[in-house]
Amino acid sequence: MAELLFAIGAVGAIAGALTLVLSRHPVYSALGMLGTLFSLGLLYVTMLAHFVAGVQIVVYAGAIMTMFLFVIMYVGVDETLDTKESIRGQRLGAGLVILGSVGLGVALFLTNLFDWTVAEQLPTVEQLGEAGTVESIGVMLFGSGGTASGWLLPFEVTSLLLLIAAIGAVALAMSRPKRKGADNG
Amino acid sequence: MVDPSWYLTLAALLFVIGMAGMITRRNALIMFMSIELMLNAANLTFVAGGIGSGNPEGQLAMFFVLVVAAAEVVVGLAIVVAVFRRRRSVNVDDLAELRG
Repeated sequence: MAELLFAIGAVGAIAGALTLVLSRHPVYSALGMLGTLFSLGLLYVTMLAHFVAGVQIVVYAGAIMTMFLFVIMYVGVDETLDTKESIRGQRLGAGLVILGSVGLGVALFLTNLFDWTVAEQLPTVEQLGEAGTVESIGVMLFGSGGTASGWLLPFEVTSLLLLIAAIGAVALAMSRPKRKGADNG
Repeated sequence: MVDPSWYLTLAALLFVIGMAGMITRRNALIMFMSIELMLNAANLTFVAGGIGSGNPEGQLAMFFVLVVAAAEVVVGLAIVVAVFRRRRSVNVDDLAELRG
């Protein structure tokens, strides 16, 4: 059963990622990305990481992809992009880089230079206990019984980061080109 | 049974696919989504590695990566929109003024 779920999630994730990279139409790319995000949510469920699975669906598949689709609709679809190579030999070079990366991974895997095995198998529900539930994540993040955990300050700093990002986005979106047709300004 | 290294291998594959998209595509939005794909591969590595090694704090790392990714998407899409307003294009090859 676990193997079947992993296979479904893995095939969905790879297929979505390939759609994202290979599709000429940006909306198809976005839908492929959406499939990948949902598949990763399924994989998090198979790892019994409830909180992470929920956040993956709500934030990534929900909020971030919606924003991408809005912007794709705003800028329109230009299918003539990417029909020709703009830098000579770029695709060949990219292919070589990718083959090199995969080859390096396979070489590391075969020579055992790097220990890929973190555990023989995933822990079962009994072994894992409550490790992935929302409650245990909350305790890890905020601490319990009146004592704050070490993650509390980083968590508060992320709220500052989000505020800065929101203000920056508003500032960027409000700035308009000074004169029409002044391309170099 | 499912071995955690399967998840790590899948994450590596997703990262390479995202890198391929980043290198070959010229549409700013698709390049951006490829970056998101690479971030997701890193997230999967964090969670699978954390669970496989018995340390659930990997899931907290995923949470922080997610927040940074959200902030990055907000600013990045605002930049794409601002460039589109000025150029009527999302082709990154059009932005070549600084070319020597």
